[in-house]
Amino acid sequence: MAAIETKQLAREFEGGIKAVDGVDLDVAGGEIYGFLGPNGAGKTTTVRMLTTLLAPTGGSATVAGFDVAAEPGEVRRKIGVALQEAALDPLMTGRELIHLQATLHGLPRERGDELGDALLGRVGLTQAADRRVGTYSGGMRRRLDLAAALVHEPSVLFLDEPTTGLDPVSRQAIWEEVEKLNAEGTTVFLTTQYLEEADQLADRVGIISAGRIVAEGTPAALKSEVGKPHLELSLVDQHGREADCERVLARFGKPLPAKDGKLLVELEHGTSEVGPIVVALDEAGLAVESLDLVQPSLDDVFVAKTGEHLEGAEEAPADEAIAG
Amino acid sequence: MSGRLAANARVVAALGARSVRQTLRRPQLAAPLIIFPTLLLAIQTGGAGGAVDLPGFPEVNGFLDFMLAGAMVQSCLLAGNSGGIALALDIEMGFTDRLFAAPVSRYSVVLGRLAGTTVLGAFTAVWFIAIGLISGATIEEGVLGAIWIIALVAATALAFGSIGAAIALRTNSASVVQGLFPLVFVILFLSSAFFPANLMLEPAASVAEYNPLSFIVEGLREPILSSFDGEDELLALGSVLALMAFGLWMCALALKGRVRRGA
Repeated sequence: MAAIETKQLAREFEGGIKAVDGVDLDVAGGEIYGFLGPNGAGKTTTVRMLTTLLAPTGGSATVAGFDVAAEPGEVRRKIGVALQEAALDPLMTGRELIHLQATLHGLPRERGDELGDALLGRVGLTQAADRRVGTYSGGMRRRLDLAAALVHEPSVLFLDEPTTGLDPVSRQAIWEEVEKLNAEGTTVFLTTQYLEEADQLADRVGIISAGRIVAEGTPAALKSEVGKPHLELSLVDQHGREADCERVLARFGKPLPAKDGKLLVELEHGTSEVGPIVVALDEAGLAVESLDLVQPSLDDVFVAKTGEHLEGAEEAPADEAIAG
Repeated sequence: MSGRLAANARVVAALGARSVRQTLRRPQLAAPLIIFPTLLLAIQTGGAGGAVDLPGFPEVNGFLDFMLAGAMVQSCLLAGNSGGIALALDIEMGFTDRLFAAPVSRYSVVLGRLAGTTVLGAFTAVWFIAIGLISGATIEEGVLGAIWIIALVAATALAFGSIGAAIALRTNSASVVQGLFPLVFVILFLSSAFFPANLMLEPAASVAEYNPLSFIVEGLREPILSSFDGEDELLALGSVLALMAFGLWMCALALKGRVRRGA
């Protein structure tokens, strides 16, 4: 049974605005599914429909085997939700929030206390449990939000942009927790605008643009669809030597148009050619100033499918710098 | 079925407790309930006490006895307004989404907020009875009268709270609910809360005569100034129930609309 399945799911708002326009999803149990797209693409609207916070205007959706429109109560029993911007009451303490969440999910008080303490420990908030949430850092708030979403041990976890605005350390902590949860069997539906996040966490990625899925697959498969890795290089004294350099590079792959003064070549046989290129350039008396190996990114996939860049493209992992 | 009811009752109680804590922890929500009405009571009692000598003014032991009911209703109105603001803040920060994504009735979520407002209403009744008695006022109907006052004030707070909640659910905006604050005083001064309706000039006198707030005020004032006569109490209860029914109906409509509209 699919953990999440949608057929032609759609949501039209007043004024005829189609925020989600016929989305088909099939997320298997135990999978981390990354839902990637820029702001306004329809990610949050899709999540709000799947979590029963918003009624679809077209199509159908089931979560954990229950129809979101016909059986919203059953869906809510099975899901954990951590929405965008960590919707926490700054006047509550972390412990109060967890207890309230346990009550909302019908857990007996003792069980709620027990699970609450365990979860607060798990996300590293035991010491801060009795402090008001208003005094928490962004990372602590996200971790508390995650703990609250887990109180009833959901089978499907929705995380809507869980690391937006967090520093790299806090982001890494959230990623590790998500990976642990998934290893324990929880299906994770993760929306993000960070390429790195989707790349690192997701088993499969769906890319949404203007309310439609434009690409879907494993990150590796999607990237391999759009091209091979390429090398970007600049010479120490480049003036007048470009032609010599291009002749050397052409022996290893297809030259690409120069960008920002750098010479580019697509590597026919992948990264194994980097070494021989460096040797060949040296033999030709060409001193290399910088040499970068650039792998295709999910942003390249997005560009190939929509003609536009993702807003989070600058968050992609740093390309592998080889020489200087 | 009873298990489900019990679960929803636990949720209402938990959210009610949160609502009370939230009000006590946020001075801008707590101040209108106690501080403003107490200050107004002190100023009016101290500055306009001579009003009791006006021809046609009801027979009272003191002006404070007359004013207590008005202060309590003012507090209820402001509690309703504060409750609406708090709910709108919850909506603005996304906290209600957390509650609505849980497997409980959405009505329980709103009733939880109203439960908190009801408790705060009862607390304000106790407060005004206490400062009234300390300052020399009397409750002619005794302990039974005090219990009636506390119950009616709590129910009135719930009624006004439901209207505040409905506005919050419909508008999603704390500033809109807060913007209704001055209206509270217009409604209040166009009732018999602080001045007998029979001594007002037209058209205020007619408005005050039919203002549901006047019925509630008279239902509270009756056991302070004299003894239960049944009529004022019934009119007060009827007004509170009518306001409550209206507010809850508005809440139900707003809740249905939220899922359809998505906000």
